[in-house]
Amino acid sequence: MVAFVFRRFLSLIFVLFCVVSLTFFLIRLAPGGPFDRERKIPPQIEKQLLAKYKLDGPLHQQYLDYLGDLLHGDLRLSTKYRNRSVNELLAQSLPVSATLGFAAFCIATTGGIWLGSLAAVRRNTPIDTGAMLAALFAISIPTFVIGPLLILIFALKLQWLPVGGWGSWPALVLPALTLAGPYVAYIARLMRTSMLEVLGHDFIRTARAKGLRRTRVIYKHALKVAILPVVSFLGPLAANLLTGSIVVETIFNIPGAGGFFVNSIQNRDGFLLGGVVIVYCALLVLLNLFVDISYTLLDRRIKIT
Amino acid sequence: MNSVRAFAIATLIISLGACAKPRERAELVFLNGAEPETLDPALITGQPEGRIANALFEGLTAFNAKAQAVPGVAERWDVSADKRIYTFHLRNNARWSNGDTVTANDFVKSWQRTLAPETASEYAYQLYYIKNGKAFNEGKLRDFSHVGVRVLDALTLEVTLENPTPFFLDLCAFTTFLPAHIDTVHRFGDDWIKPGKMVSNGAYQLADWRINDRVRLAKNPHYWNAAHVAMRTIDVLPSARANTAFNYYATGLADLMMDKGLAPTPLMDELKKRADFHSAPFLGTYFIRFNASRPPFNDVRVRKAFSLVIEKNLLVEKITKAGEVVAQSLVPPGCAGYQPPPSELARDPQQARRLLAEAGYLDGKNFPLVSYLYKGDSDVDRDLAVELQGMFARELGVNIQLQGQEWKVYLRSMSSLDYDLCRSSWVGDYNDPNTFLDMFVTNGGNNRTGWSDPKYDDLIALAARETDLRFRFETFKKAEHMLISEAAPICPLYFYVGIQFYDATRLGGIEANLLDEHPLREMFWKNR
Repeated sequence: MVAFVFRRFLSLIFVLFCVVSLTFFLIRLAPGGPFDRERKIPPQIEKQLLAKYKLDGPLHQQYLDYLGDLLHGDLRLSTKYRNRSVNELLAQSLPVSATLGFAAFCIATTGGIWLGSLAAVRRNTPIDTGAMLAALFAISIPTFVIGPLLILIFALKLQWLPVGGWGSWPALVLPALTLAGPYVAYIARLMRTSMLEVLGHDFIRTARAKGLRRTRVIYKHALKVAILPVVSFLGPLAANLLTGSIVVETIFNIPGAGGFFVNSIQNRDGFLLGGVVIVYCALLVLLNLFVDISYTLLDRRIKIT
Repeated sequence: MNSVRAFAIATLIISLGACAKPRERAELVFLNGAEPETLDPALITGQPEGRIANALFEGLTAFNAKAQAVPGVAERWDVSADKRIYTFHLRNNARWSNGDTVTANDFVKSWQRTLAPETASEYAYQLYYIKNGKAFNEGKLRDFSHVGVRVLDALTLEVTLENPTPFFLDLCAFTTFLPAHIDTVHRFGDDWIKPGKMVSNGAYQLADWRINDRVRLAKNPHYWNAAHVAMRTIDVLPSARANTAFNYYATGLADLMMDKGLAPTPLMDELKKRADFHSAPFLGTYFIRFNASRPPFNDVRVRKAFSLVIEKNLLVEKITKAGEVVAQSLVPPGCAGYQPPPSELARDPQQARRLLAEAGYLDGKNFPLVSYLYKGDSDVDRDLAVELQGMFARELGVNIQLQGQEWKVYLRSMSSLDYDLCRSSWVGDYNDPNTFLDMFVTNGGNNRTGWSDPKYDDLIALAARETDLRFRFETFKKAEHMLISEAAPICPLYFYVGIQFYDATRLGGIEANLLDEHPLREMFWKNR
């Protein structure tokens, strides 16, 4: 187990190195630079800017210097948000994205597991059909439609919740629902299939034959096994919710880090992009590691060596 | 290392996020467009940043609600007979937010910082009007005492200019000329612009700033004119998306929306009818650049032919729809009292076809394949491009290709003259025709057409030296006539309008003006 975790950490460092290097060179290959503006900057001033942001000198030297700074935990200055370090920008915006992602994560997992189990237990009843139809809709309709639709109903018509923004609990509800929507549906379908399969197993029949109540059999015996496919989806889910919040953050004007992903590329803000990529990449790898470990805890047949 | 950091961040995340507290609404909440890139006056380049900086800092002069430069930190000034030396007398009660007196030395030190090459100020060239400002900024002059700013005594500042510059008092109110508290800058370095650290001398001080969330301004009790500042707190909200911004405004989360980019264009027909919709001409022009450095647009007849067939009124009525005015000149009429010369290229399809035939393309035959470059992420730009494509095909028999490019790619293509036709726009920095016309001098960084003419350069240089205002404008008129009617490397389409949404029965202190400058310190609630 320890050796396994250690190996994964080593591979994480390798992955980060590759991703950072790729990002560094790709953003420079794109036409246009961070200081290209509608008002062209006099060449002398552009030179000063490039020097200030360590973007002058030969490319390989820039690259090595950058790697050196990264090793010291310095993600450098953003070229767009002048005088602000990437570390600071991420420290301000990641907690916001994470809170939103965490809320959506809770909604997606609890909602999905409950809905999927319900559909499986009440198989071929109107409840089952209704739940699966709703799931189909939730998966098919993109967030940029669901988001404005929810705003229209709950914020503009009913005026129960704010149209966007950050800093209060009511403001969290609509974006979290929008973000969670498709994943609730996905998990529900996953859960239903898996639960149906488990309910057909012998040990369920044995448990019922022992005289255990139906609900107890489902919650105590069936759920624990049926949930495995969902657990393996949690890693990608958490990553998707964290990185996939770009659209939702824009619709609801949320000061998260998702927007940096796209904007930093458009602004050719290489260091901000690098910082975002490093953090998200590390999160992705670590979350998958947690999933692998949690597997062994849930199913004793699986062993990590 | 990084993984440890990432893990630490991940755990922090949940705990930090959990303590979000509801916030108290500010007295005025306004939607400002993009997130400010910085609040350091020396580094600011954009309008959203400028609006905040003008509330935080005050220059020698300051804009009032009509965007006239009125006494700011300077209570009066003398101008020498040759209009090149300005002596500013500072008021003795101007204070920084920490109580320090604002002195002449503060301005000298601030401008020195802006011009210092290591500051890397993009807008440092705004200070090139000051004698030797350019040389110092380019590192050719090391000794700042040779630059034309001199402290006569604590409250008297003498500024010597390169040329008589009639708009210099306007410039003094402009962001790049605002002072910074140098001790604070030295103490905190790049961090001096953050809440709790920034010391400012304007009507407001910085109470809070969370990226992409809000900037909270609180009244500065030390401001010399604090008695006449009405709003105690102001929240400035960034919003990049027009629909989101409008939702904020429509549900009362914001009182004022103040950026032309924030009005959703598809709804413009409806929005225009509302009582809280305010639009006024603005010092900005939307135009087409022709690439005069290569065929076919190196032929002036072809450039003129294209200019002559555009139905500009259709563009503003069908597409932009916010009350934009059709442009026959590059400089918006009324800019500092200047009236542009009439264009000789008003719509005339017959003459256009004749010119095109003379150039060797009868009925558009054999015309090479050219493309029209526009910003791919802008709906308005795309719609205009499609409309123009139709007009050229209908009237000239020429089929042009449309090429949408991402903003930064577009800028590169334009700068490296890698285009045939391209959409362009320009917003004046100050209220004077020069801010538009000096763009097209030979080797001007913003020329980007490949066209140049020494006669044009001479006219612009002559106007810069001229002290007689009437003669100066006549010179500009000659230059503009050359640019628009004779050489036609550009074709103006329309003038921008500034747009605000607010309830004028409640909110006062906002007036329409050409600079689209609406100082926050002038705003007040009418019934409170």
